[in-house]
Amino acid sequence: MIRWLPRAWLMLIYGLLYVPIAVLVVFSFNDSRSGYTWGGLSLRWYETLFNNHAMVEAMWNSLWLALSAATVSTLIGGLTALALHRYRFRGKRVLNGMLFVVMMSPEIVLAISLLALFLLVGIQLGYVSLLLAHVTFCLPFVVITVMARLSGFDESLPEAARDLGASDFTMTRTVLIPVIMPALLAGWLLGFTLSLDDVVVSTFVSGPTYEILPLRIYSMVRVGLKPEVNALGTLLLVFSLVMLSLSQWILTRSKQ
Amino acid sequence: MPTPLFVFGAFWKNRPLFMRAGPMTQTLLSLSNLTKQFGGKTVLDSLDLDIYDGEFITLLGPSGCGKTTLLRLIAGFEQPDCGAISLSGVDLTGTPPEGRPLNTVFQHYALFPHMSVFDNVAYGLKMEKRPADEIRDRVGEALAMVQLQDYARRKPQQLSGGQQQRVAIARAVVKRPRLLLLDEPLSALDYKLRRTMQIELKRLQRELGITFVFVTHDQEEALSMSDRVVVLKDGVVQQLGTPREVYERPANLFTARFVGETNFFPGTVDAINGGEIIVDVFGLKRTLRKPGFELHPGQTVHVLLRPEDIRVLEPSDEQGLAGRIVERNYKGSTLDSVIHLDDGTEVLASEFFDEDDPAFDYRLGEPVRVSWVDGWEWLLPEESTVANIGSLADDV
Repeated sequence: MIRWLPRAWLMLIYGLLYVPIAVLVVFSFNDSRSGYTWGGLSLRWYETLFNNHAMVEAMWNSLWLALSAATVSTLIGGLTALALHRYRFRGKRVLNGMLFVVMMSPEIVLAISLLALFLLVGIQLGYVSLLLAHVTFCLPFVVITVMARLSGFDESLPEAARDLGASDFTMTRTVLIPVIMPALLAGWLLGFTLSLDDVVVSTFVSGPTYEILPLRIYSMVRVGLKPEVNALGTLLLVFSLVMLSLSQWILTRSKQ
Repeated sequence: MPTPLFVFGAFWKNRPLFMRAGPMTQTLLSLSNLTKQFGGKTVLDSLDLDIYDGEFITLLGPSGCGKTTLLRLIAGFEQPDCGAISLSGVDLTGTPPEGRPLNTVFQHYALFPHMSVFDNVAYGLKMEKRPADEIRDRVGEALAMVQLQDYARRKPQQLSGGQQQRVAIARAVVKRPRLLLLDEPLSALDYKLRRTMQIELKRLQRELGITFVFVTHDQEEALSMSDRVVVLKDGVVQQLGTPREVYERPANLFTARFVGETNFFPGTVDAINGGEIIVDVFGLKRTLRKPGFELHPGQTVHVLLRPEDIRVLEPSDEQGLAGRIVERNYKGSTLDSVIHLDDGTEVLASEFFDEDDPAFDYRLGEPVRVSWVDGWEWLLPEESTVANIGSLADDV
C-alpha cells in the first residue's frame, strides 16, 4: 500500500545521523566567518587551525597519549586475557567480574577516584597521570575483545605445536599470538579511539603542562563556536575513517 | 626332583622375548600400571599395555572409555596419577610433549590457520632447526606422499576436509616419529572419504614402517585396519587381540556386544563328555566343543552367534527353532533379517545372495526355522554384570 513509508523512515533515521556531520564537513570549507551563511569555498579555517600552535601541540599530545595508552593496555590486557583463558586459579571469577565493574561504572566516579589516588600518591598531573588513567579505562575493553577471540580458539592448536617440538614459549610466539593477532589489533584500535576522545576522566587528571585535544576544543567552544573547530572535526572524521578501514582490512585479510 | 623335561618346559614358557616366534614382537612402547583420575572419576585404572614396533594397534571403545585420555598420556598432554610410560626402554613419564619422539594426528586436524600448507608441514622441522633446503625437500616429499604437492601455498581453510586431514598426516610424519598417535582422525569425514582414507592410512603405515596407535569408536574401522585391537571400557582393557580374535572369540559379553552384532542365546549345560558338552538351547540339544572355562552340568551359559552364522531354514525342516520373519533389510551384498522365535527372542540373521537364487527374499510374517552351523558358536559364562548389557547397547 504505502511502500515508500519504510524507506522514508530509514532515510529520516540516517538523515538524523549524518546531516550534522555533513553540515560540519561542508562548513569547514566555508569562507564566511558566520556559521549560518555560505560565503564560498575556502581552506582558510584549515590554515587558521594549523597556525594555532597551541591547537597543533594539543593534537600531537593527544595522538601520542592515545598511541601509548592503547599500546600499554593491549600489552597488559592481552596477557590478562591469556591468563584468564589458560589458567584456573582462585578468584578468577572475581577478577573477571571486576573488569566489568570498571567498564560499567560511571566515568565521573573513575575520574574522581583516580584524581584522589594521584593526589594521595603524589603523582604530578600531566602525561603520566593521563596515561595511567587512560590505560585503566581502556584495559577492560582490550581484555574482553581478546577473550572473545580466545573463546573460539581451537585448544588443540597449542598442543599440536608442542607435539611438533615447540616449547611453551615458542608455541606462544609462533602459534598463539599470531592466531589472536586480529583481536589484539582490534583491542588496540578500540583503546586508541577511547583514549583519543575522552573528556571526563581527562578533565580531572590532566595538568597545565600537558594539554590534549578534546580539552582544548572544549575550552575553545566555551567562548563561542569558532569555524576552525569545523575544520578540526573534519580532520578527525577523516582520520577515524582511515583507521576504521585499516582495521577492517586487517580483519578480512587475517580471515583468508 | 623335577625331570629335565619339566625344567625345560618351565624355561620355555617364560623364555625371553627374542626367542619367541612371530613378527612384531619387539616392544616399542610400554605402559605399566597407568592410572588417571579426573575430579575423582577414574578414567584409566592401572592399565598395562605393550605396543610392538611397527604394528597398527587400535584403541576401541565407547565414548568415555578412556581411549582418548590414554592417547593424551602417551603424547604427554596429560600426566598420569601413577604408572609409567617408556619408549624402547627410556622412561618418558615426566617428559613434556616436545621432548617425545612421537607425533599426533588430531581429531579436528589442528592445522595452524595463519600458516600455509607448506609452513604447517615444515613447522616440526623448523623446531628442529633443520637447514632450509632440507626442510624444503622433506616437506615436498611428505606432501607428495599424501598427493598434495600442488597445494603447498594454500591456507588450510582453502582445502576440503579430506585434504586438511592429509596435511595433518603429512605434518605428523614429516619428523619421522617412532610412533604416530591418531585420535579419531577420520570421524569428521563422510563415509566414502573415510573408506578411502582408511586404505590410504594402511598404505602409509606399511610404507613408512611407523607404529600407529589409532583411536576410534567405530568397530568396523578397528577391525579392517588393525594388527591388534585393544577393547576398552571404563578405563580397563576388556580384550587385547587380533581383529579376528576379538570378533570370533570375544573375551566377555561387553566385547561381544560392542564389536559387531551378536545373538545371545541362553543355554544350559546338560552333560560333559570329555572334549564335548551337550547344551540345551530353547529345548534344542546341541553337542558343542567344550569351552576354555570351567563348567558343571546344570550351569547356564551364553551361546553367541553372529548374524552370518545363522542358517534360516524352510518351515518344513525338522531342525532348528520355529520363528517368523518380522523385518527384512536389503543390504546389497547381504539380506539382513530379524526373526522372532516363538518365545519372543529376537534373532538377527545375515545371508549372502548366491548364484542359485539371486532373487531370494522373505515376506514379512513368513514362518521359518532357525539353526546354525555346528562349531561356529562361541560360549561365554554367565556374568554378574549382565545387567549392564542393556545400557551398553545405547552407546554402540
